[in-house]
Amino acid sequence: MNVVTMRLGGEIMAIPTDCLREILEPVPVTRVPRAGAFSNSLINVRGAVVPLADLRVAFAMGIEPATMDTRMVVLDVPIGGESITVAIIADKVHDVSHFDPAGIEDLPAVGHAWPPDFIRGIGKWQNDFVILPDLETVFSQAVQNHAPAASLSDKET
Amino acid sequence: MSAEADPSALFRQEASELVASIEVGLLDLEKREGDSELIASVFRDLHTVKGSGAMFGFTEVAAFVHEFETAFDRLRRGEAAVNADVIAVSLKACDHIRGLLADPATAPAGKPILDALAGAMDSAAASGAGLVVQVRLPADAIRLGHHPRRLLDELAALGKTRIAALPEAIPPLDDLDPTDCLTGWRVEIEGNVDPADVEAVFVFLADLIDLEITPLGDPAPSMAEAPREATPARTAAPAQGSGPDTMRVATERLDELMDRVGELVIAEARLHSIAQTAGDSVLLVVAEDIQRLAEGLRDATMSMRMVPIGSITGRFRRLVRDLSTQLGRPIRFETSGEDTELDKTVIELLADPLVHIIRNAADHGLESPQERQAVCKPETGTIELDAEYSGAEVLIRVRDDGRGLDPAKIRRRAIDRGLTTEDAQLSEAELFRLVLEPGFSTAERVTDLSGRGVGMDVVRRTVEDLRGQIEIASEPGHGSTITLRLPLTLAIIDGLLIEIGGEYYSIPLAAVEECVELPAPHAAASGASSFLNIRGSLVPFVRLRDLFAVTAPPSDFQKVVVVTSGGSRIGLVVDRIVANNQTVIKQLSRLHAALKGFSGATILGDGTVALILDVPQLVALGRTIEDRSARLERAA
Repeated sequence: MNVVTMRLGGEIMAIPTDCLREILEPVPVTRVPRAGAFSNSLINVRGAVVPLADLRVAFAMGIEPATMDTRMVVLDVPIGGESITVAIIADKVHDVSHFDPAGIEDLPAVGHAWPPDFIRGIGKWQNDFVILPDLETVFSQAVQNHAPAASLSDKET
Repeated sequence: MSAEADPSALFRQEASELVASIEVGLLDLEKREGDSELIASVFRDLHTVKGSGAMFGFTEVAAFVHEFETAFDRLRRGEAAVNADVIAVSLKACDHIRGLLADPATAPAGKPILDALAGAMDSAAASGAGLVVQVRLPADAIRLGHHPRRLLDELAALGKTRIAALPEAIPPLDDLDPTDCLTGWRVEIEGNVDPADVEAVFVFLADLIDLEITPLGDPAPSMAEAPREATPARTAAPAQGSGPDTMRVATERLDELMDRVGELVIAEARLHSIAQTAGDSVLLVVAEDIQRLAEGLRDATMSMRMVPIGSITGRFRRLVRDLSTQLGRPIRFETSGEDTELDKTVIELLADPLVHIIRNAADHGLESPQERQAVCKPETGTIELDAEYSGAEVLIRVRDDGRGLDPAKIRRRAIDRGLTTEDAQLSEAELFRLVLEPGFSTAERVTDLSGRGVGMDVVRRTVEDLRGQIEIASEPGHGSTITLRLPLTLAIIDGLLIEIGGEYYSIPLAAVEECVELPAPHAAASGASSFLNIRGSLVPFVRLRDLFAVTAPPSDFQKVVVVTSGGSRIGLVVDRIVANNQTVIKQLSRLHAALKGFSGATILGDGTVALILDVPQLVALGRTIEDRSARLERAA
């Protein structure tokens, strides 16, 4: 399994290259009002409007300000059988490397604060632990969380 | 050339269009039975289906249509007359052709239909046919001892007769010889009468009289003129959609063209903004030329995708006819605004929801003839379908004159289904909206017609996917109206670009009524009053800055953009009105689709993304402001 490794909020994450589309230098973002912290902006990726999400919010990680190394990683994520294109923010993108699926372990039950549903497993890369996020679950939950909570007059009352 | 690759698919498509046209012809024929032009047009369509069917190897279709056509030829030649049975069986035959197109194996089912068709025509020939006899006796007939009265009695013995005198030859009274026989007679004899029998009546006068025998119902006699008057206006219509100047293009190719034009429009906007910053007048002239060309190209491309709503109303007429028979209720179906055009994709997606709404109207809305009589309504129920443009939207209304919705019953049902609570205070409109919720069905009995398959919630979802809205209005005892509001296009609109605290948003220009300065008293933060006085009328307004949680300080000269939807208005307070722009609508992803207030996003000239405001939803918000202030006033 080939993965692209990247740094997010002090952790290393690995995302399968199968769903990787491209890696962009940061482009101007457009804020989407009232969309919640996880995916609150849109970017233009070659003429397509793509939502920009921040996995650091989903994993309750610390948010570092953008640096020279900050990248936008465009991915195709399947949600309920349909694939949608999203971009995520990475504090730094490392490289593409091979991962032995056999080396992936389950997340230990204690010792961390991450939502267990969002993680497929823990692997090892260059003597570091890397997180394999379950992107489908992360984004499906975001879609569901949105559905009921977004009426215009909420704010008014 | 994908279309050419599969000729049988092409034939199937053409044939199903022809069958639809035949069906429309038959339904028209039901209203104007004697219309020979219509009969000829149906005959022509059948002939085409037969011919191309044989050519493309659809032998079952060709064989069946051949028999169908033969039967129709009898109508064309006046050997049989159109009646309700003939129409009913012919419609079944249309269904059978559709079945054959999908699956030739259903061919054996065709025989009974053809038999029934022949039977219907024979009975039409027997009951409808007859003879018209025009006779003038010689002037001296009475003097020679003939009795016109007896001759007429003899004719009357042949069948049911209607006798009219032909008095044209009778001179003024002064010149009249009472012994002359100057009156002629026109006798209509119904039934299967042999002209020889008629001639036999006049056998003794054979050489002296002026006798004319023609079949009854033949277009030649003057009495048949009246129903034909309606024909000329209609003659051109059947050619619609299949005229010689049209060309079939695969929808994907149009979609592709639309995408390209969308990208061109965005590129053009970038060029324009670059030209303006550069300030080079030569570049600006070129940029403006390209802008003009791109706009023309955009309009032309969009109009290619537009089809009139009339292209689907044919199947609704058929549907209503079938419903009328199944339910045993006479129903009149009226359509207007059939030339209102919508994007083809939209029209196709709307067909099923409309079928469902019409079915509901016929099954639940309209009462039985007995109930209608009891409340002094005409026995025949009416369902109207009309379409019209309204700003950037198209409105499609389905109206029935039935019993209307019962708010109390809906409330009870909604409580049963857990859709609302006992103590919820709902306005009538809110109550009606509950009908659109999943799991709601007011029909006390689930019928074959309305109880199955899609519910109103599916209708709502389809319409909302198209960025449209549904409104329900109803008056107890007088019927209900369901209005679908749909955006005119799904692709490119003219937008008004506005700015709030450095963020850009686009408002569909067609919904913008006017732009005014925000009056000074309102300028300071969120004042108490949320109404503007625009030339004497009160318009509610919202500060988009508050709604969108913009933190940057407002500009000193805020503007109000007054937008309208569905007859209501709302003012949107913005910092700056930037410019008109071409807005290529991009759908929001599923991450943001549920977010109210935005109908999509677009890409601006500088490559950044701007959200498009959803005017109907903002106007709905304005209505809640009005309601709230009304409640406050009542409370005070």
